[in-house]
Amino acid sequence: MEILRGISIAPGVAVGEVVVLEAEVFRIPRRIISVEQIDAELNSLEEAIAESIEEITAQTKFLGTNLGRDAANVFKWHIGVLKDRSLRKSIRDQIRKGRCSAAYATSTVMRNYQRRFMQMKDPLLVERMRDVQDIERRLLRHILGESREDLAHLTKPTILVAHDLTPTQTAQLAGTRVIGVALDAGASTSHTAILLRSWGKPGVIGLNDISNRLSGGDTLIIDGTNRLVIANPNEATLSEYCEKEAAFVRFTGALDELKDLPAVTRDGHRVSLTCNIEFPYEARIGREKGGDGIGLYRTEFLFLRSEGTPSEDHQCASYREAIEGMGGNPVTIRTFDLGADKYTQQRRYEQERNPMLGLRSIRFSLQNLDMFKIQLRAILRASVYGPTRVMFPLINSLMEFRQAKMTVHDAMEDLEEEGIPIDRDIPIGMMLETPAAAIQVKEFCREVDFISIGTNDLVQYLLAVDRGNEQVSQLYTPSHPAVLRALRDVVRMCTLAKVDVSLCGEMAGAPLYTMFLVGLGLTSLSMAPANIPEIKKLIRRVTLPQAQRVARKALSFETDRQVTNYLRDETRKVLPEDPI
Amino acid sequence: MTDGGVNHSRPQSIGNTGLSDADSVVSQEVTVANKEGLHARPVMRFVDVASTFSASISVFNQSGRNERVDGKSAMEMMLLEAVQGSVLRIEAKGCDARSAVEALSSLVESGFSDGSSAEAGSP
Repeated sequence: MEILRGISIAPGVAVGEVVVLEAEVFRIPRRIISVEQIDAELNSLEEAIAESIEEITAQTKFLGTNLGRDAANVFKWHIGVLKDRSLRKSIRDQIRKGRCSAAYATSTVMRNYQRRFMQMKDPLLVERMRDVQDIERRLLRHILGESREDLAHLTKPTILVAHDLTPTQTAQLAGTRVIGVALDAGASTSHTAILLRSWGKPGVIGLNDISNRLSGGDTLIIDGTNRLVIANPNEATLSEYCEKEAAFVRFTGALDELKDLPAVTRDGHRVSLTCNIEFPYEARIGREKGGDGIGLYRTEFLFLRSEGTPSEDHQCASYREAIEGMGGNPVTIRTFDLGADKYTQQRRYEQERNPMLGLRSIRFSLQNLDMFKIQLRAILRASVYGPTRVMFPLINSLMEFRQAKMTVHDAMEDLEEEGIPIDRDIPIGMMLETPAAAIQVKEFCREVDFISIGTNDLVQYLLAVDRGNEQVSQLYTPSHPAVLRALRDVVRMCTLAKVDVSLCGEMAGAPLYTMFLVGLGLTSLSMAPANIPEIKKLIRRVTLPQAQRVARKALSFETDRQVTNYLRDETRKVLPEDPI
Repeated sequence: MTDGGVNHSRPQSIGNTGLSDADSVVSQEVTVANKEGLHARPVMRFVDVASTFSASISVFNQSGRNERVDGKSAMEMMLLEAVQGSVLRIEAKGCDARSAVEALSSLVESGFSDGSSAEAGSP
């Protein structure tokens, strides 16, 4: 039995057999082969190399000029690597000396190279790591042939263990029999973590080397509530956790029963709970969880699934899918929030010394107007399929908002000239997520149709703490009195100006802050779909005066610790059965 | 070609002059000229040219970690981390070592242009 501690991405307990996700969906068993088997494994490697080269050649030929020049060059390099004699020699040596299978040897050698690329300074070279991964996967697919296992075909509830997951892989977990996740890598605010949270199953990340410690078939307990995992537990621990798991399943089942009930306090005060989504199909999940719409559609995730800027048609189709998936409830589309931690194609741009204070978000869009206009056109075209709102991230000055709004109007005029139908009255709003915007909220209220408070960035900028920096991330807390007071002032000003205000940071999905936020007067909270049932349950148990009292009291403290302790006590009183 | 051209520094033989051709080691320093550095296309051009020689080819990035990589290996050449301005040492050992080093040096210094050697050498 081994207990490892990490960062929780979702509460709850899961117990199951482990699949170690190595090289995407391949499970590579570490078995020692007999001396007689060595030749067969060497042959299998040679065949896989030949087949892989053939496959790439055929694919590039088929794509012809459709394949851009850069991509064509990269594939030429893939072939070069497959033909690389030193590489082949390393794998062959590994098979012979390590007495291991061709698959395992390939994986080990390629992993080694991936690590070396990862340590490089040039971001373009770091990207080559993905290429090495690609080559590895291709080889393994040929070596393993039919025997490969993929997650879609799991026959029993399984715990997924991996070094890291790409957002695309994470998105694919929905609909599989994976019941929990444990990862080596990760910060609680990474995009993979955000996606895992929206998926809603228990998970612990930041476990350093768990993917090396475990192999397929091991039993793993994931205790997301207590931020730990237990590998190969003893009988007593196992049975204790099996009971906890059953209780957790009952608990989430009970929450699901709430889905058709409104989020309304005991004294009839209605709060609208909407979803934060990354992929359009999540709109459906959001509706199943009882969401009242989409408060934040993070469109930059479109970049993860395409090479280069996604086309207008591609974007329009995605936005339309989300809008139609919401079935008449409003969808707030946030324009690209690229840059800073969300590097994708932008790796090509110059490295910034301080990206969080750099060319990111709306600043990036306003400097890349062609890209921005394409996105706005796509949003406007999709707006005829249901109620849609457009929102700009990281607005820090009135000039920025005006310029962005003017670009929307330009796009509108163009589309109208082209005779393409749009919603001319589409509400145009902003994310309020910088101290400057919070201080100037009164002026903004005169020009915007709505404001959505993004607490993740607002807290980070107010407290001057990088939430991704492990050395200081413990200083990052929405409980800081300065944060609470800023929120109070912003909500108060919006209410006075009768501007629709909502809150869409992770704070909205944390039960700890629900009473405080409702007590401030917020009537709209946007969160990961998985959080909706619990927040709804909490709201249905309190009254508005009770929440107002909690908010007033919370605002009276001097330190974040006092605030957190107070809010925890109050929340436990309302939700005694929940893990908070 | 102007400054930094191939002809400014001839490849140097190192070791005893009495050695047979098969043992001769030739090495030369070159500066990476092209803007993108040693990425996919330049690496493959280098490896393709290197592979036409029977000499063994080693490359060192003297502006980087200065570790030896195999000049015929697509994977290792990418690990050189060579960017524009990096100084590489190309070392060849074998009977055609001298011509290998000459060909590879001019390839790097020409910025991996697709043109023929005549084009690369023209003023």
